Amino acid sequence: MSTSKEVILEAVRRNRPASCAAPELRQAWTIYPDRRAQFIDVLTAVGGTAFAVRDEVDLNERLRLLPIVCDARKTVSLLPGIGEPNVDLSNVGSPHALADVDVAILPGEFAVAENAAVWITDRDVPLRVIYFLCQHLVLVVPAGAIVDNMHAAYERLASSGAESTSVFAEPIFGAFISGPSKTADIEQSLVIGAHGPRSLTVFVLGT
Amino acid sequence: MKAHPTNHATAAAAFVADLDRARWHDAALWAARGRRDRAARSVPEWETLRDMASHIKLHTMSRLDEYLEQFESNATRLGAQVHWARDAAEHNRIVRDILQRHGVKRVVKSKSMLTEECGLNPHLEAQGIEVTDTDLGEWIVQLRHEHPSHIVTPAIHIKKEEVGQLFHERLGTMAGASDPPYLAEAARQHLRSVFLAADAGITGVNFAIAETGGVVVCTNEGNADLGVSLPKLHIACMGIEKLVPRAADLGVFLRLLARSATGQPITTYTSHFHGPMRGGELHIVILDNGRSELLGSTDFRRSLNCIRCGACFNTCPVYRRSGGHSYGVTVAGPIGSIINAAANPREHKSLPSACSLCGSCSDVCPVKIDLHQQLFISRRQLALAGLVPRTKRWALKLTAAVLKRPWLYRMAGGAARTALRMLPRWLVYSRWNAWGRRRELPGAPRESFRELNRKSKTRRGGSQTRRGVRLSGETRP
Repeated sequence: MSTSKEVILEAVRRNRPASCAAPELRQAWTIYPDRRAQFIDVLTAVGGTAFAVRDEVDLNERLRLLPIVCDARKTVSLLPGIGEPNVDLSNVGSPHALADVDVAILPGEFAVAENAAVWITDRDVPLRVIYFLCQHLVLVVPAGAIVDNMHAAYERLASSGAESTSVFAEPIFGAFISGPSKTADIEQSLVIGAHGPRSLTVFVLGT
Repeated sequence: MKAHPTNHATAAAAFVADLDRARWHDAALWAARGRRDRAARSVPEWETLRDMASHIKLHTMSRLDEYLEQFESNATRLGAQVHWARDAAEHNRIVRDILQRHGVKRVVKSKSMLTEECGLNPHLEAQGIEVTDTDLGEWIVQLRHEHPSHIVTPAIHIKKEEVGQLFHERLGTMAGASDPPYLAEAARQHLRSVFLAADAGITGVNFAIAETGGVVVCTNEGNADLGVSLPKLHIACMGIEKLVPRAADLGVFLRLLARSATGQPITTYTSHFHGPMRGGELHIVILDNGRSELLGSTDFRRSLNCIRCGACFNTCPVYRRSGGHSYGVTVAGPIGSIINAAANPREHKSLPSACSLCGSCSDVCPVKIDLHQQLFISRRQLALAGLVPRTKRWALKLTAAVLKRPWLYRMAGGAARTALRMLPRWLVYSRWNAWGRRRELPGAPRESFRELNRKSKTRRGGSQTRRGVRLSGETRP
């Protein structure tokens, strides 16, 4: 008896249409004269907050002024020297133990100007749930790491893994995050803070 | 497929009986169409993207078997376990077996039209497994023991006062409260405890990448990510048509999806799962359930391009005014009318007629499915298969007989114009005249178009030119 896999693949093979070439993805896509300004504009429009900061000293000063940081009882930071963390993620065994984290300050690898998405991964983050379970999320992205659009973003991902291979060549979780969690499921009214973080603050670091 | 065999027109009559609600529903969806338009206009290369997306899908379909195998081999290499399901029953059995093997009692699910299609929830509940739909809209319909009426905004048919009443009864929110932020906060608090208590998470899949073996899930609420990052077990359920060849193809689709769906530049979360969470398990269930048959249909295979953005729902004048439940299927709207009538013509024969052939759906579709053409072809096939109701068949035969005979056509036209003027109102607006329901017929003109045209020619001195036919009496819809 043939397996379901064989039956499905056989049916697909029998029914597949005539061959049709894959399109060339390289085009003259829209680019932005000032990617950082575009990123900040779009992030603001999707309900996030962005700050351009000179250096880590500047970043820490701005951070201290944020009400969400001042009011936080539990803070996680995975960026050495950034913020005043009081929860050490490497000592936390279960993701469930992070349920009461107020603020998480985490690395963003790069950002996309077009749609204010920040690419994050669990490569150096032991419990990936922290990006989604904290009440307020703070991401730090190097100013030099803002690409124009999603095409450039995937081009970057194709060579940012180990030995310049695809980042997806090994098991990894990665996500584009654009703004705070939101819903419009009750009468199309936009509500910020659905299940995930109630706010997203992105610091664009450096010049 | 979960089918409640219904006649669309009959079911829609119940929806439009509440005129205020029907108007409110219409306006809510039209606003979504407006947001989509603004987002599309903000991207200069929008049409190039649509064209490209359509071609990527057609290319993928032409080698779907190879891409499915490539996907399985890469996903397996990354540590995921891939399962194949021919139909809904096999899909449900696979998911249930995985859950039972892990002793799972509580599952959180993010929005997945595929698991709706398979009727997974009742199947698992019958085995004593508690399933919670965690997308806010889907949770609301789950609490009301309903099904989503829209693939992107499942609770679009429900008013905030009704959500307020529901939450008052189920969550103990204040009586009479209907403020969306207050209600959403109550849901957040409640569902947080459900997430933390879950033993497994189930998600749908927006895209599966053959080249890398990963699956991509798009949400705004963050529910999918919470649901599969707390428990160690993640089951992702996908149809065979979700494949794309390369990760770079997502650059095209992700620029189109959220803009078409809600007018956002991208969904808040676009999560790429490559292999299981550290110390966890990732199972990917690949479902056929009639899709491979659809692939073989030259008329309808392009409906497999669909990325489930819902833009065709939001723009459709029939969907907006009749509501998703009147279709009686999991995926309603123009795209649902095509795939359901193709899969099961006898049961869903009324759906392709829930369409005015205005073509707006084809204009907004981000992957360029020729929706209105397919709906038209579908109607013809249903007629050829003898699945058109007798009254309609007779009416069409009569129309054909009249149109074949110019003298009869002229006579019938004259008779109708006179009759409309002379007949008493109760007769013209009787139950036999569907066109007179809920609207006033336009006044019958004294002369036919032919007569007007002849007169106009005479006035111009018998000129034989064909130009200049005046259409001043024309009414625009």
